[in-house]
Amino acid sequence: MKFPPRPLALGLLALGFSALIFSRAQAGGGHYYPPVADPLVKEECGSCHLAFPASMLPASSWKRMMGELDNHFGDNASVDPEVARKITAYLVANAADTGGQRYGAKLQRGVDPASAPQRITALPKWVREHREVPDWEWRHKDVRSKANCTACHADAELGYYED
Amino acid sequence: MKFRLALSCFVLSFHSLLASAGPLEAQLAAYATAAKAANPAFTGFSAARGEKLHVTNFALGKPDTPACTSCHGNDPRAAGKTLTGKVIEPVALSVSPGRYADPAKVEKWFKRNCNEVLGRECTPLEKGDWLTFVSSR
Repeated sequence: MKFPPRPLALGLLALGFSALIFSRAQAGGGHYYPPVADPLVKEECGSCHLAFPASMLPASSWKRMMGELDNHFGDNASVDPEVARKITAYLVANAADTGGQRYGAKLQRGVDPASAPQRITALPKWVREHREVPDWEWRHKDVRSKANCTACHADAELGYYED
Repeated sequence: MKFRLALSCFVLSFHSLLASAGPLEAQLAAYATAAKAANPAFTGFSAARGEKLHVTNFALGKPDTPACTSCHGNDPRAAGKTLTGKVIEPVALSVSPGRYADPAKVEKWFKRNCNEVLGRECTPLEKGDWLTFVSSR
């Protein structure tokens, strides 16, 4: 059996293109990070700041962070060992290099997971995406912290981090 | 018969006593016992002392949070905001009923927040005063 080469190539091209569009649309144009779904993680990690999506950091980062909660960016955010164990399990299972790969892989470009980065706002891709934000906007009284995603990304709680 | 009547009266009154003493009341009673143990001159909690604790600029903990009001705001009936923009339910019990229904949660936040503002844990007297203050608002 012989395939006609041109229609086949065109068909494959169309298929590939639509697959690309579809995956981008599904992933919210690469700016969608599924919000934390676990009620315990949402409560414990989302009282002081937005409960950052697990897919924003690799598993190694979450493990390290959960082991250093007594000095969590300067705060003592310790929780009961049993609570910590459950939170860690959720974050590790949905991290950027595990279950959340589809959403978080791009954000990890240029990152060595072995270095277990702690600040999402220090990831090269994050820095690049925010390079046009002027200093005065960061210092604005309604922003103040780079961890305050919702100040600019109104739907961050829902997982959308578009411009 | 008389005995059974007395018994049911006892059970009924005991039941209503339990119903009126919610988790917050029980927690306040526990703080009162501890405060009395620490200082025999303790006579009761004070909403005025609690308010002073709430608004005082201690600056003994983290530089970002010199006072309770740094995050909770000056009006106990209004919502507060963390430094990272998270909205905090108003502390006043009248606006946020049920806010202090879980003693473990109350303890957790006293521990964290007192350390951040005062650089140490709060005493049972301070905790009782503060809870009395927010309950009165």
